[in-house]
Amino acid sequence: MNAIEVTGLRKSYGSVHAVRGIDLSISAGEIFALLGPNGAGKTTTVEILEGFRSRDSGEVSVLGFDPRNEGNAAREWRNRIGIVLQSTSDSGDLTVVETIDHFSGYYSNPREVDEVIHAVGLDEKAGSLIRKLSGGQRRRLDVALGIVGNPELLFLDEPTTGFDPEARRAFWTLIENLRGSGTTIVLTTHYLDEAEALADRVAVINNGQIIEISTPSELGGRSTAQALVTWRDGSEVKSEATDNPTALVNKMTAIFNGEIPELTVTRPSLEDIYLRMIGKTHE
Amino acid sequence: MNKIPSAISLGIRRGGLEIRQFARQRESVVFTLFFPVILLAIFGSVFKDTIAPGVTFSQYFTAGMIASGLVNTGFQALAITIPLERDFGALKRLRGTPMPVSSYFIGKAILVTVSMVIQIFMLFVGGLLFFGLEMPTGADKWITFAWLVLLGSACSTALGIAFSIIPKSGRGASAVVSPIVIILQFFSGVFFIFTQLPPWMQQIAAIFPLKWLTQGMRSVFLPDSFATQEIAKSWENEKTFVVLLVWLIIGIFFSVRKFKWDRD
Repeated sequence: MNAIEVTGLRKSYGSVHAVRGIDLSISAGEIFALLGPNGAGKTTTVEILEGFRSRDSGEVSVLGFDPRNEGNAAREWRNRIGIVLQSTSDSGDLTVVETIDHFSGYYSNPREVDEVIHAVGLDEKAGSLIRKLSGGQRRRLDVALGIVGNPELLFLDEPTTGFDPEARRAFWTLIENLRGSGTTIVLTTHYLDEAEALADRVAVINNGQIIEISTPSELGGRSTAQALVTWRDGSEVKSEATDNPTALVNKMTAIFNGEIPELTVTRPSLEDIYLRMIGKTHE
Repeated sequence: MNKIPSAISLGIRRGGLEIRQFARQRESVVFTLFFPVILLAIFGSVFKDTIAPGVTFSQYFTAGMIASGLVNTGFQALAITIPLERDFGALKRLRGTPMPVSSYFIGKAILVTVSMVIQIFMLFVGGLLFFGLEMPTGADKWITFAWLVLLGSACSTALGIAFSIIPKSGRGASAVVSPIVIILQFFSGVFFIFTQLPPWMQQIAAIFPLKWLTQGMRSVFLPDSFATQEIAKSWENEKTFVVLLVWLIIGIFFSVRKFKWDRD
């Protein structure tokens, strides 16, 4: 069974059509990234899935449950999901370990508190008050609170904003480990490299609609896109776009009789593709 | 698979957490817990008269201080701090967990009640030591006192949570809430002798719970002979109970139906 099933989802705020007919299937155990510019409808979509927002029309099933329902069934459902929101801050008068320990008490089968603290790399800060943490450390605490309930499905809304590169790498490892334990993850992010490193599939949303759903390496025809070969010929840098870069390099090797000066072969990055896709729909 | 913890057990956990968080904010601890005794010290020093044979102003004022302590600690504090928690995103995060809203409310009620018990204790100590406070005698007075504190805390908590819907932001909350509380205190006979207030003030005050809490507290702290000086010539404790209960139900109704977890 799919972890998430969405058909024909629509949501307007007054005359603003934030979500204009979205269909999504996310299978259990998958890491699924939602990409899109600000105001594209990402947050609205995710918040409907999380049960924070109502919808105008469409069918939504998250772990077999309609998130607009309330009551005891909703508690049972929330017991199985974890949510890391975009921006949360607390009064900060509790320590890291107190906060995680408290939240763990909300769930029926929580992870060990120490294990969670270790997983997000806050071991040395376990006894610190939250208000003494740096921005990145607070963000890791947010993630800790999202995973302490041992969720089957985890929502991560721009989880690494404000992380330094090292912390981001550490976070990616944490997500890889969660994947290993079978957790389904829905990730929204601004960082294309993050989506590429983590996601099994990505969806690009713009103007309230999904433009494409694909693997990061195939998005926007990326895997079959022309490669760009550049090299130096005397004082000039030359380049050629080609479907057959290997043949071109072979030809050049013959011409230069060996090493080709300053040779590069590049394919469009996920970012190039993404920007092209977003730009396209603005026309 | 274990079961999800019950709403009540989570409410008690939340109460413990709320108290711990509160205890770490030293400034507000000092202000909240000492506020009634500080006010008693000020008013007790200014007004040294007796207002009836054997009834000092301090004695009269102690009743009002406990009643308005209930309003400050429950209604005022919650109607200001909950919008702040909402601004921080702390409420939205709680909303995303299996913790039920009732546990959050129970936690707040525990915080208010514990804070009240400490404030009352301080007020008793200060009153006994410096202002010749006469403690209630007789089990019936203490029973009245106990239900007034418990029902008053619950009512004030529920109304504070319900009112937290109204301020748009945490920053603006105290500007909305504080004047209401101060006006109610003047109208309800906390700072002045209720029977000396203009009738229109008395009538407005009679709609709201503070007047009844104050009157109920007078029945605990003043001699029964004083009851004849009340407007109804009696303490009207049964009526007080009903009014507080009705406001409690109103507060719970709006808290449950309209509680806002998120800013928008």
